[in-house]
Amino acid sequence: MSNIPEDLHYTKEHEWISGIDDGLTLTVGITAYAANALGDVVYVQVPEVGSAVTAGDAVGEVESTKSVSDIFAPVSGEIVEVNEAVVDDPSLVNSDSYGEGWLFRVRLEGDPDDLLSPEEYAALTSGES
Amino acid sequence: MSRPTPLRGVHEALGATLTDFAGWLMPLRYGSESAEHNAVRQAAGLFDLSHMGEIFVTGPQAGQALDHALVGYISALEPGRARYTMIVDPRGGVLDDLIVYRLADEEFMVVANASNYPRVAAELTERAGTFDAAVEDRSERYALVAVQGPKARAILGELTEADLDNLKYYAGLPATVAGREALIARTGYTGEDGFELFVAAQDAEPLWAALTKAGEPYGLLPAGLSARDTLRLEAGMPLYGNELSAELTPFDAGLGRVVRFDKPGDFVGRQALEPLKDVPPTRRLVGLIATGRRVPRHGYPVVLSDGGAVVGEVTSGAPSQTLGRPIAMAYVDNDLSTGLAVDIRGSHEPVEVVELPFYRRKK
Repeated sequence: MSNIPEDLHYTKEHEWISGIDDGLTLTVGITAYAANALGDVVYVQVPEVGSAVTAGDAVGEVESTKSVSDIFAPVSGEIVEVNEAVVDDPSLVNSDSYGEGWLFRVRLEGDPDDLLSPEEYAALTSGES
Repeated sequence: MSRPTPLRGVHEALGATLTDFAGWLMPLRYGSESAEHNAVRQAAGLFDLSHMGEIFVTGPQAGQALDHALVGYISALEPGRARYTMIVDPRGGVLDDLIVYRLADEEFMVVANASNYPRVAAELTERAGTFDAAVEDRSERYALVAVQGPKARAILGELTEADLDNLKYYAGLPATVAGREALIARTGYTGEDGFELFVAAQDAEPLWAALTKAGEPYGLLPAGLSARDTLRLEAGMPLYGNELSAELTPFDAGLGRVVRFDKPGDFVGRQALEPLKDVPPTRRLVGLIATGRRVPRHGYPVVLSDGGAVVGEVTSGAPSQTLGRPIAMAYVDNDLSTGLAVDIRGSHEPVEVVELPFYRRKK
């Protein structure tokens, strides 16, 4: 079973979101389940700082040996920071998906919707593995 | 449901990520595919290739039957030697690429790709019909395990008395390995020295266990299909379904040398292929090295940097561990070698054209 921290929210696109409780700046990454399914991540493209994103938009991509996947904005808002360390060393997505492997921070506008609880995400991924 | 190989239990115990490949349940990777790739380049890797097909052609006219059925001059093979060859349709389109081993004067083993071997067995049966030769698909009975890499010779040497030093590249030797009967072939699909071991299906697990144990001090890792694909791509080796298909002749793929017009008798495809032998094809298979970090992949268009006209198509692409850059093989219009880009999901990423292979081992 993949590691699914209790203090995060999730999306059906296998992203995690932290900081939802204070409702201001949220940190986004991809889950350990997704990182494991992708294999060794070799390239990460993150959105530009300052860009406005709408929930559901493709805002970047994660490329592994065998495949490439879009990164979707899980919420609407403004990109305020991106993780340059993961751009330089994409293997952080595999080695520390919920920590050093974070992708970007977004200042939330409006209310987030359709996010999954850890239990819901666990149910989603147990059906796929 | 995908078919498991005789080593499925081993793969599951190792925690492999399993994937469907050509109808078979195969290990994609055991841990990090990059580590598996590097192990093969620097030490050794252990592969389950039991999805490959083994078709035996036997009888007094087995060699002539294969000369007729395939593009190679198979009857000229010495017993104990092997040859890379192809089977084509009457239009010259490639139905599969093969390795044929001459095991004895009247016994040949044709090794075919997993996706193609039922078709290959059917074609061989039909094409051998007028010869005194029997065709039998024995794929179900065999497992195939490969040990590949600079340490492969030392590792296998721990488990057999066979004279490995005198076993040439593209040769096969029946021998005992870890107490089991095996055909040891010095062949591979990684660009490294290595061996492919054909054994009875029930011997696959003990053989795998013995190789794992013997390989441990040498840094041997089990390696999945993901590493196998990046290794063969660096070595510039074609993959059926990517670089080869029924829509392409051996000449289109730059592999016209496998077609032996000098052999006696007619063969399937001769009439279609003969006029092509001196005609340069309109596209050629080249290597591409991306200057950026995005990876050109199968099916992406190759375009002119200036203007964006489509001038080719990527057949295989992956990040290269050895070069540290994304690499690809592509069919590109003949006269072009500069000013090219690959259309990677809408943006044109510059690429450098190089001759294949990307990687050649130091002898």
